[in-house]
This record gives sequence, C-alpha cells and structure tokens, in this order.
Amino acid sequence: MEQYFQPEIECASREEIVKLQNERLVKQVKHVWDNVPYYRKKMEAQGVTPADIQSIDDLHKLPFLSKEDLREAYPYGLLGVPLKDAVRIQSTSGTTGKRVVAFYTHHDIDLWEECCARAIVAAGGSNEDVCQVSYGYGLFTGGPGLNGGSHKVGCLTIPTSSGNTDRQIMFIKDLNATILCCTPSYAAYLGERMKEMGMGPNDIPLKAGIFGAEAWSEEMRQDIQNTLGIKAYDIYGLTELSGPGVSFECSDQKGLHINEDHFIAEIIDPKTGEVLPEGTLGELVFTSIDKQAFPLLRYRTRDICSLTREKCPCGRTHVRMTKPKGRTDDMLIIRGVNVFPSQIETVLLNHGYAANYQIIVDRVNMTDTLDVHVEMTPEMFTDNIGEIEAKQKELVDGLKAMLGLKAKVTLVAPRSITRSEGKAVRVIDNRKI
Amino acid sequence: MSIKQISVFLENKPGKLQDMTTLLAAHNIDIRALSLAETKDFGIARLIVDDVFEAANVLKEDNFVASFSPVLAFEIPDETGGLNTLLQHFTDAKVNIEYMYAFLDGKNQKKAYMIFRVANTKDAEAALAAKGLTALSQEDIYNKF
Repeated sequence: MEQYFQPEIECASREEIVKLQNERLVKQVKHVWDNVPYYRKKMEAQGVTPADIQSIDDLHKLPFLSKEDLREAYPYGLLGVPLKDAVRIQSTSGTTGKRVVAFYTHHDIDLWEECCARAIVAAGGSNEDVCQVSYGYGLFTGGPGLNGGSHKVGCLTIPTSSGNTDRQIMFIKDLNATILCCTPSYAAYLGERMKEMGMGPNDIPLKAGIFGAEAWSEEMRQDIQNTLGIKAYDIYGLTELSGPGVSFECSDQKGLHINEDHFIAEIIDPKTGEVLPEGTLGELVFTSIDKQAFPLLRYRTRDICSLTREKCPCGRTHVRMTKPKGRTDDMLIIRGVNVFPSQIETVLLNHGYAANYQIIVDRVNMTDTLDVHVEMTPEMFTDNIGEIEAKQKELVDGLKAMLGLKAKVTLVAPRSITRSEGKAVRVIDNRKI
Repeated sequence: MSIKQISVFLENKPGKLQDMTTLLAAHNIDIRALSLAETKDFGIARLIVDDVFEAANVLKEDNFVASFSPVLAFEIPDETGGLNTLLQHFTDAKVNIEYMYAFLDGKNQKKAYMIFRVANTKDAEAALAAKGLTALSQEDIYNKF
C-alpha cells in the first residue's frame, strides 16, 4: 500500500496542480520583479514585465538564469527578502568553480523539509522508522535537508553526518536503523566495508536507502540493493532550488516525481534554449514558485534528462523526470564524442566490477586519451595473465560499444582509488586546452 | 601431491613489489620460491612460502588481492640434462605446461626444484605418476628447502 506524506498535494489532479502553479508563478514573478533587481534587469533587457506572465504558458517568455549569473550575483545579488527575514544559507560543494550561496526564510526551510519528508514516506518511511542521515551536515544541503524531512515524518533521526564508516555501521546495527540517507557512492562504500567486516545484507536492519547528490546508474542501484539488502531510492535536488527533494522516486522506481507545487520543470535544448516537447532528452530548467529568499526563475540546472506525465502506478500525479544522465558539466568531450561518467559506470557494473573507478583524460600527440582505472578484485584475479588480459579486453570492448570510443583500461591495486564520503571524484582531466 | 602457490596482484610501478616483501618480512613469512609475470600495467608475483595461509591473511588485511593455485613441484639433480629428463616425462604424458619456474636448493647443493603450473593438476599428476614421477608435497617443501 503506497503511503504519502501529503496525499492532497502529491495526488492532486492535473487541473488542481496547474491552477496552483498559475497562481504561484504570477505571484512569484511579481515578487522577483519587486525585490530582485538583478533579475528585473534581465527581464527588462528582454522586454518582459510581470504583466506578460499570466499563466505557466507564458513561462517561456522569461529569461534564463545560469550558474554564471549566480556567481556574478554572489553573494547577495539574488536575495529576495530583507536580511531580517532570511534565516539560513546553504552552499554548493563548488565542484565546478566558485561556491554558490542560497538563502532561506523559515517558510523556505519548511517547504524544503516537506519535500524531503515526501521522499522518505515514498521510500516506505513512517514515524516507526529509524533514519540514519549519513550525508554531510553543514553548508552541504544533504544532511540538513534529509534531517529536516526525517523530523517531519517523525522518524527517530540519527544525524551521523558523513565519515567514520565503522561507526556508521555500528549505529545502523545497534540502533536498528531502517532507512539510510547518503550519496550512492558512500552507500556502495558502506557495503564494501561491511563485506570486509564479514557482514552481509541480513546482518543489518536497513530496508530502504535514499541516495542522491550524484548521478548514478541503474546497475549501481542493483549493486547497492544487493549488498545492503534494501530498496534504493533516488532523490534529486540542487542547493540553488533548496536542496535534495526537488524530486524523488516512488516505489515504482521509474523516474523521479518533481514536487510541482514548488517547482515548475521544463526541458530545453542546451544550445538554443528552445523548450522541448515531453519525452525529449535535454537540459532541465526549474522555476521555483514558492520560495521567498532565493526565488530563481528558469534556472538552468545543466542536468540532462527527460520528463514524462504518463500515469504512475504509485498514484502520484506530479510529473516524473528520468534519472539525470549526467550534468552538462560532467560531460566529457573526447575526440569529439560526448561521454558521461555514468555510461562508463554502467559498463563496469555490467561486467561485474565495483562502481569504484576513475576516468583519466589526457591529450597525447594532439589526440585525446581516455584511461579508465578499475580496481582489481578477488573475483577477477587469477594467476594467469592471459585470463586477466582477456577480462580487460572484454571491458575495452564493452566501453567501445557503449561510447563508440576506444578506451584504455588500467587495472589498479584494490583500495587505491580514494573513497569519498561526499561526492566521488570520478574524472581527472589533464588536458591543457 | 600438488602444493599451494600464492599469486599476488601488483601494479607495475616502482616500490610495489617491495611493499609486498616488506609485509611478508614483517610477518616472518619465508619466501621459498618466486617468479614474476608482468604486463605493461600490472604484474603477478607467484610465490611458494613457508606458511601460505598466514601469507594470504596478512596480504588480504593489507588490501592486496591474492589467490591460491595448485602447482606441481619436482626435485631433479642439479646437473646438465636434469631438466630435460624431467620434461621428457611431461612430453610422454602429454602434459602441457602453462608456466614454470626453477630454483636451487640452498641446503643440498646437488638438487634443483621445478615448479609447474598445468591446466588440470590432478590429471597431470596421475599421468606423471604413471611415468614414475612423484610430485613433492607441501610438507616436502617445508622440510626440503
């Protein structure tokens, strides 16, 4: 039996959702026009005024905001309320340059935590559950977001934050944690560490995991589900919009429901900015219609995915996005071919390797090189060089089939690729371009 | 009787082999025989040690990947034609050798020992036994050299 945190919103009819979105959008555009001069200038430059925005059908008339805008407006340029009303900041990990800071009023924190609570309930959580939050706490939104969501659901919350893996495992066991929230790469690492400690999926009480903040493949999901003996749910979000919980998976695990009462999603052609029809792969753009302190309109996420309004068996009516294939910034262009780390991950997992890998890109004699470092495992090791080389070749062939590129596969010593407790460093690009 | 060889995965980089020997030395594990096979990126160290299980444990704890393989060990006289005579039996028994390595006996200077990896150890052992060749046991290895 599917459970909902706010069934009246999560299962509202299409008409009700559109009505709410129309009202909120019109109000939000006015709020931004009045309070965020940075965006008002952009609107004026495009010849748009709040009067032009009467419903969500007019959304396309508004200018985009990009990460560059956020950097330019740093720190206070996009703050939409007086300082006395702002109560919190969170900040991005700054993986692609200067950090971005986002602001929250009490209302903003409340809606963010509600979104996370919806995700926890969709993963089967209730006030009977013990929820361990192993996302980092602090500027990173993972810990605070899921912590707040877990409180709203009424779970007993264990705020372990990230790190100290053996203690994480001890708490899961001793306190009977049933739900784990962390990055997928950290979940995989926990599973690996458990194996080393001689523990299997039946030795821990976990039933579900809510994993996000990184793109991860379907194969990695299977892997985590098997090693931890849980159902693994994806959760998606960006600090710019609030944090985790912008969208989340239901029990059907076929796409992530976007919380449409707070965020309007569009898919655009990243080159032309043109809005693409439902089902087309493109860049995800969000308009935040209920946030006060950091009210971003048409924010380009750089995430590549598609949307579907097909009826979901879970009963939720909110639009679903596919698991992001990767960020436009994660995308590597190697010898003119677009490569996403998630594609490489899929090949590795399909061939029975762990999701611990590193991609090293370089340029030798004017040609790009792609070197995938994979850790040797006891399962694939034999005393026979020929057999190992045959397995290496299978991987090279698998990568070639997936990417259309010849990659080199280097087998490295176990545990030689650094495990991260937050976002994994998957790509090292040594090209001097 | 086949004996247990331990094979260890090593990256082909300076210091990696010594990381392994440092570990074994620290645990008083005596290497009786050793051969290395290498590719450009990685290598495999194949070892005969005095305590295979202890060796496997300490290697695993230190994040090395290691595996056991059965190998056949034979004692031959350390003299011209010694190996040739032994190999004649392999030829006669139609036993294919995947790899082999040799070492001399430090205690008994008249003997040499040959280690063979074959595809099917049991069958090879039986075929060679029929030719009158007896493979050394794990114990022989501990006691003899």
